[in-house]
Amino acid sequence: MSQDVINVIIAQSPALLIAIPLVFAFFCPFIGKISNTVRNIWVAAGMALTSAIALILAWDVYAFGTRIYVFGAQAANLALPMDSGGIPVRIIFTVDPMSALMQIIAAITGLAIILYSISSEQRHSGLSSFYTLYLLMITGIMGMVSTGDLFNFFVFLEILSIASAGLIAYRVDKGLAVEAALKYFVLSTIGALAILFAIGIYYGEYNALNIAMIASRMQFTVLDQVALVLIMAALAMKCGSVPMHFWTPDAYSMAPSSITAMLVVASQASLYGIFRVLFTLYNVTLNTATVGWIIIVLGVLSMVVGVTMAIPQKNVKRLMAYHAISQTGYMLLGVGVGLAVLGNQPLMDSFGYVAMEGGIFHIINHAMYKGLLFLTAGAVFFRIGTYNLNKMGGLGHSMKWTMVFFIIGALAIAGIPPFNGFASKWMIYESVYVFNPILAVIAMVVSILTLASFVKVFHSIFMGPKLPEHADVKEAPLSMLIGMGILAVIVILFGIFPEAVVNTLIAPAAHALTNQGAYISAVLGGA
Amino acid sequence: MFFNIPYIAVVVLALIGLATVLFKRNLIKIFLGIVILESAVNLFLIALGYREGGIAPIYTNAPAGEEMVFSTVQALTLTSIVIGVATTAVMLTFAMVLWKKYGSIETNKIRRLKE
Repeated sequence: MSQDVINVIIAQSPALLIAIPLVFAFFCPFIGKISNTVRNIWVAAGMALTSAIALILAWDVYAFGTRIYVFGAQAANLALPMDSGGIPVRIIFTVDPMSALMQIIAAITGLAIILYSISSEQRHSGLSSFYTLYLLMITGIMGMVSTGDLFNFFVFLEILSIASAGLIAYRVDKGLAVEAALKYFVLSTIGALAILFAIGIYYGEYNALNIAMIASRMQFTVLDQVALVLIMAALAMKCGSVPMHFWTPDAYSMAPSSITAMLVVASQASLYGIFRVLFTLYNVTLNTATVGWIIIVLGVLSMVVGVTMAIPQKNVKRLMAYHAISQTGYMLLGVGVGLAVLGNQPLMDSFGYVAMEGGIFHIINHAMYKGLLFLTAGAVFFRIGTYNLNKMGGLGHSMKWTMVFFIIGALAIAGIPPFNGFASKWMIYESVYVFNPILAVIAMVVSILTLASFVKVFHSIFMGPKLPEHADVKEAPLSMLIGMGILAVIVILFGIFPEAVVNTLIAPAAHALTNQGAYISAVLGGA
Repeated sequence: MFFNIPYIAVVVLALIGLATVLFKRNLIKIFLGIVILESAVNLFLIALGYREGGIAPIYTNAPAGEEMVFSTVQALTLTSIVIGVATTAVMLTFAMVLWKKYGSIETNKIRRLKE
């Protein structure tokens, strides 16, 4: 009997991944009427269940290859109905190792953040709507990374934008948070409309919305180039890459810290969108060298501008937000180098795959350590009520665990061994150096500046004598420490065993991304 | 020539929408610009789905041998309109809160975020 249940769960997991957070989100306001404790348990259970499903699905995908799930068909893997003439008419979820990796990221971070926010948000009102929106954010992210249908991607992107905007504005904060949310939301609405316009172009040209179907018919005409520019501009804006980064520091610094950590994951879902469009939709029909260089330039700009803007910041979350921009640059750089040599097998083998693996490895690492850093900033704020670095000091005496977690996160982001940031940055350095030494040097200099900036932050928050105004500061509550602890443990484990992680998780994802034929044949069969 | 009119309208609407978003200071006008942009995209989708002489895809009503319109874009447009209503509602809510807190919805007066 239990075997049957497990089989059903595995078979239905792509649908459950969306359905569970949605159902838990919709019942959250009603459960919230009973009592706060019951609601907290309900939300944590919902997130734990979602994470479990995501991990089961990811395990299944890594073990047995790409999974497709067709909504409304007689069988979950029946992509092409008999009478449709070989066109996938239904909504299809296509979960390949790259999608599975993104699901793992969202699942782990989401769970850690829920545990954290049970304590960090307890002093605020309106928590039922807070958790409802949070679960909707999870739904949006999970949907974006697993869908195999472009219009569906747009719908989940909008779910994510609306939920995120609501959460950024959640603590009105004399209107400042609303201002940040408004900026984010106007930009992402315009971006989403650009994406919808591009989807319309694809539909007009290829009579399909399914990614695999469009990919198999891709001609790379002028219209496709217009569509590519629209999608790329919109998604690059959503993932906070320079020159469309200006919403990031505002939104990241005004959102509650737990939400900021989730916004990092949300940005990476947009980054996933860029990679999916470039590699699966277009692949070698692109002029890969040109587009690859565009991605590389975006990446380098993000790295340099992000880190130089970060150094003078006084607000610790604003500072970290600029570092998030700078780290996004590494991912774009790594994957961009992979794209630039795509289609040239010897170069791909010698450094292209390593560069892509480095970039993709950096996505998961970044979600972990940047999430951790934002959570520690939130813990400090929870106790002393300010983000201003000049008003902090001497907290190392009273918040020892928070300090330890901050050190772990800061060393990881600066790329110091044995933490995970070092592993992925090293892969990016060595492969990019073969491609173009100057790029690798820039990446290393940015890394050093990052370290310098975090040494300063560490010093002003935790070091020095105990300040009189912070005399009665205590350690953060236990559930916040557990939330941070989960992320810190992963940061360390990934740093100590990078080989194992790269071989089991990252390399399949990178190969799935470059192998367009496998993606198409998983949906359309044969081809 | 005649067939291209909807597409020309799409471009004109999109330009009006973008210009409104970029050059207006009043938040409500910016939102209206976004709504116009949205209409442009919706019109584009609907125009793509138009088939000369096609009939509605209802099996029981269809005379044999006639071309039926594949109704995907119409479905897309409906979804996009619903999403548009939701986004407009969220934006108007933000404008309301800002009006209460700042006493203004002119973009040059609500820039307190940059110290």
